[in-house]
Amino acid sequence: MTDAPRRTALDALHRTLGATMTDFAGWDMPLRYGSERDEHIAVRTRAGLFDLSHMGEITLTGPQAGQALDFALVGNLSALAVGRARYTMICEAGGGILDDLIVYRLAEQEYMVVANASNAQVVLDALTERAAGFETEVRDDRENYALLAVQGPEAPGILKSLTDADLDGLKYYAGLPGTVAGVPALIARTGYTGEDGFELFVAPGDAERLWRALTDAGTGAGLVPCGLSCRDTLRLEAGMPLYGHELTTATTPFDAGLGRVVKFDKTTNAGDFVGREALTAAAERAATNPPRKLVGLIAEGRRVPRAGFSVVADGAVVGEVTSGAPSPTLGKPIAIAYVDAAHAAPGTKGVAVDIRGSHEPYEVVALPFYKRER
Amino acid sequence: MSNPQQLRFSKEHEWLSAVEDGVATVGITEFAASSLGDVVFAQLPAVGDTVTAGESCGELESTKSVSDLFAPVTGEVVEANQDVVDDPSLVNSAPFEGGWLFKVKITDEPGDLMSADEYTAFTAG
Repeated sequence: MTDAPRRTALDALHRTLGATMTDFAGWDMPLRYGSERDEHIAVRTRAGLFDLSHMGEITLTGPQAGQALDFALVGNLSALAVGRARYTMICEAGGGILDDLIVYRLAEQEYMVVANASNAQVVLDALTERAAGFETEVRDDRENYALLAVQGPEAPGILKSLTDADLDGLKYYAGLPGTVAGVPALIARTGYTGEDGFELFVAPGDAERLWRALTDAGTGAGLVPCGLSCRDTLRLEAGMPLYGHELTTATTPFDAGLGRVVKFDKTTNAGDFVGREALTAAAERAATNPPRKLVGLIAEGRRVPRAGFSVVADGAVVGEVTSGAPSPTLGKPIAIAYVDAAHAAPGTKGVAVDIRGSHEPYEVVALPFYKRER
Repeated sequence: MSNPQQLRFSKEHEWLSAVEDGVATVGITEFAASSLGDVVFAQLPAVGDTVTAGESCGELESTKSVSDLFAPVTGEVVEANQDVVDDPSLVNSAPFEGGWLFKVKITDEPGDLMSADEYTAFTAG
């Protein structure tokens, strides 16, 4: 397909701000506005403002919405309290990951599923099919939301100046409806940067007004517009997986070290859910005889590992880099990689990455690379 | 972005200074630096290396990618910019000045180097 890329409600604004745009999952998105390193540091130390309107929202309503999600996803969503959110996944019957998701319970009988842009259609189709036997309606809400994120230590102060909502009472992974700068919004304390922050789901027609209000309120505190380039290095430092890199249909949640998201003790549907059998076997394999583990790598030199590069030890390939970038916080190149279990322990000696034929030494570390002080 | 009038430019977005005693300075253009994003690692040719016009003679790594550095002329490298090796961000902050990459004693140069105006038109297209 050669469809023209989709544009968010903030497209014209990004161009006014001089953004370098990039195609991402069929969307024309801001890659960076100036220096991606400066944007990264702004989020770590002050605040950054992101347009994430490419993310895909799907709403489930009805008396069996929670039960349907329990069957369709690996998590226990019927047990989620109203106003809270959960990181979860949707898997194939064979256990492979179709997408990683955040699910918000907006009301007793209403959930919002947020999928990656690249997988939104796959997730919508799978949810529609899997929910068919339940008393619930699956609604494609992708056109009905723009999504702005304010991330960084100054984010709470900036947002507080624009809303009467009880932000202090809003926990990490919680969401509540409110008004920000006069705009109706679902205010969620979630993010993909490793910092405190908020994601604001609003009507597309309100997006520009909200962006401008956040910019006006935040500029004095050091808030800058941020593109997808720094979002990637921020999540990489925070050890957060990215679909298509660490997570694919060829990996199970257990392979990715995220087995904790799979809830085998669901009380609905007699405990049954799509992928249960395969994931039970995957859990067993990960516990007893894991083929490869997801680890962090820190460069001793300055050349940057990229996705697909081989991890080597004693001249043999022992793994593969799934994400790599120069880390602004560490000042060194870092990578996430799947590495054979024998070489995956932190501190393992003699591990290198093959960077265009040169074996560059790397230190094996546990993820994440960066954890904020609370 | 404006391209200095005294420089000449290659299609691979390198610039070449005016030649003095057979030696010219080479860097990448502001257009190229801006396209790359923040440069984090520069592998430059070593003093004494022979570089060949149009062929790779080093690499520049940015946050998102690695790019070959192409020699705009053929000759022998007589100096590499250690300041850029130590602080690759100079390529972004001063691509036509402190972010120069190496100096080359020219033995041959291709006929298709562009003037500043031609390069500006080239990058606009």
